Amino acid sequence: MMKEVDARGLSCPEPVMLTEEVLKSGNEPVRVLVTEPHQRMNVEKCAKDHGRKYTSEETEDGFAVMIG
Amino acid sequence: MNLSDSKKKLALAGAVCGIVAAALAYFGNPANMAFCIACFIRDTAGALGLHSTETVQYARPEIIGLVLGAFLISAATKEYRSTAGSSPMARFVLGMILAIGSLVFLGCPLRMIIRMSAGDLNAWVALIGFVLGVGTGVFALKKGFSLGRAHLAGRMSGAVLPVLLLGVLILSLATTLLKASQSGPGSMHAPVLLSLAGGLVFGAFAQKSRMCFAGSIRDVILMRNFDLLTIIGSFFVIMLVYNIASGNFVPAFDTPGVIAHSEHLWNILGMYAVGFAAVLAGGCPLRQLILAGQGSSDSAITVLGMLIGAALAHNLGLAASATAVNAETQEIVSGSVPLNGKIAVVICIAVCFIIGFGNKRTEGR
Repeated sequence: MMKEVDARGLSCPEPVMLTEEVLKSGNEPVRVLVTEPHQRMNVEKCAKDHGRKYTSEETEDGFAVMIG
Repeated sequence: MNLSDSKKKLALAGAVCGIVAAALAYFGNPANMAFCIACFIRDTAGALGLHSTETVQYARPEIIGLVLGAFLISAATKEYRSTAGSSPMARFVLGMILAIGSLVFLGCPLRMIIRMSAGDLNAWVALIGFVLGVGTGVFALKKGFSLGRAHLAGRMSGAVLPVLLLGVLILSLATTLLKASQSGPGSMHAPVLLSLAGGLVFGAFAQKSRMCFAGSIRDVILMRNFDLLTIIGSFFVIMLVYNIASGNFVPAFDTPGVIAHSEHLWNILGMYAVGFAAVLAGGCPLRQLILAGQGSSDSAITVLGMLIGAALAHNLGLAASATAVNAETQEIVSGSVPLNGKIAVVICIAVCFIIGFGNKRTEGR
């Protein structure tokens, strides 16, 4: 089952901290929602650091990073 | 254009900002101050008549340029987003703390690095407090601290501060309405257009590289991530080279004329408050200006908090005095932190603890 981290509107470094927490808890796919472009990049880097693959897309109010 | 996807680009961004700061110091900004966010916001508060210390009043074009530079580059690269609503009043108070703590130390984190690069050992002492403050902020984050979500706001909301600052620039250039120091640090400045250009370039590079003095140490403590520290490192090296080449490198504590004091405990505690407040606010004073430029009304509120905090620091006698030479006797008069300033720093730290451990994240996953 895909987990979701809704980090929209949160200040740095909260989006990465929430993503990190979920990635550490298991290998399920995760969908992370963020508002700012630099937060998308930070979440992508976090996924990469955990050896996970990811894709990103623009949403109506920000970005969604899908971590496989 | 993305400057934050490799350490080389980040180092380049830091170097460019270092060259800007060195150039502004060379062309007239106070040496060993060069480009200080807290000092320049304080000068701007004085220009607007918010405080009456006549030696520190000047609408610094660097501050205006930083915000406008971030605004223009973020609009051009589609990173501008008008957002608001994340505990604005807590952020206003954090802005006040950023200014008051900085003016007790006599400089923001950016100037702390500049002072360190000029051999000012007081700044190295203050770094201890700054790192401890950032560390305490990280501890609060790990305990679940959050100021809550910002939401997308009307497109114009994020443009209000950039437009207001553009207005200040026009008033300073075209009228005599604003105050301008005739002596003291406020009277020392590079030519207006150079300062403005420097601010625009610095702002654009800071926006693209996510430069943040508190964030750089926060990321190292929290995630063992050295990316943002790379920017600070290259900025430091450029300033170090400039200071050595220009003869401004003096490794000492009580150096007259560099706008610093040697009250170690209060240098440490002042920057402790700044480091703590900066982590809670999501960025150092420079980063707040950049975020305000790219559309965050919450950061704009933090900037207004810094403006009022800086004014209070002078109106209520909180700001430290700098070590100087008595013109008549040629004796060195040590700078100091007034009692009011010491009380204010203690209150600032207490307020940081209340905000840091009284605001918990309630949702997110």
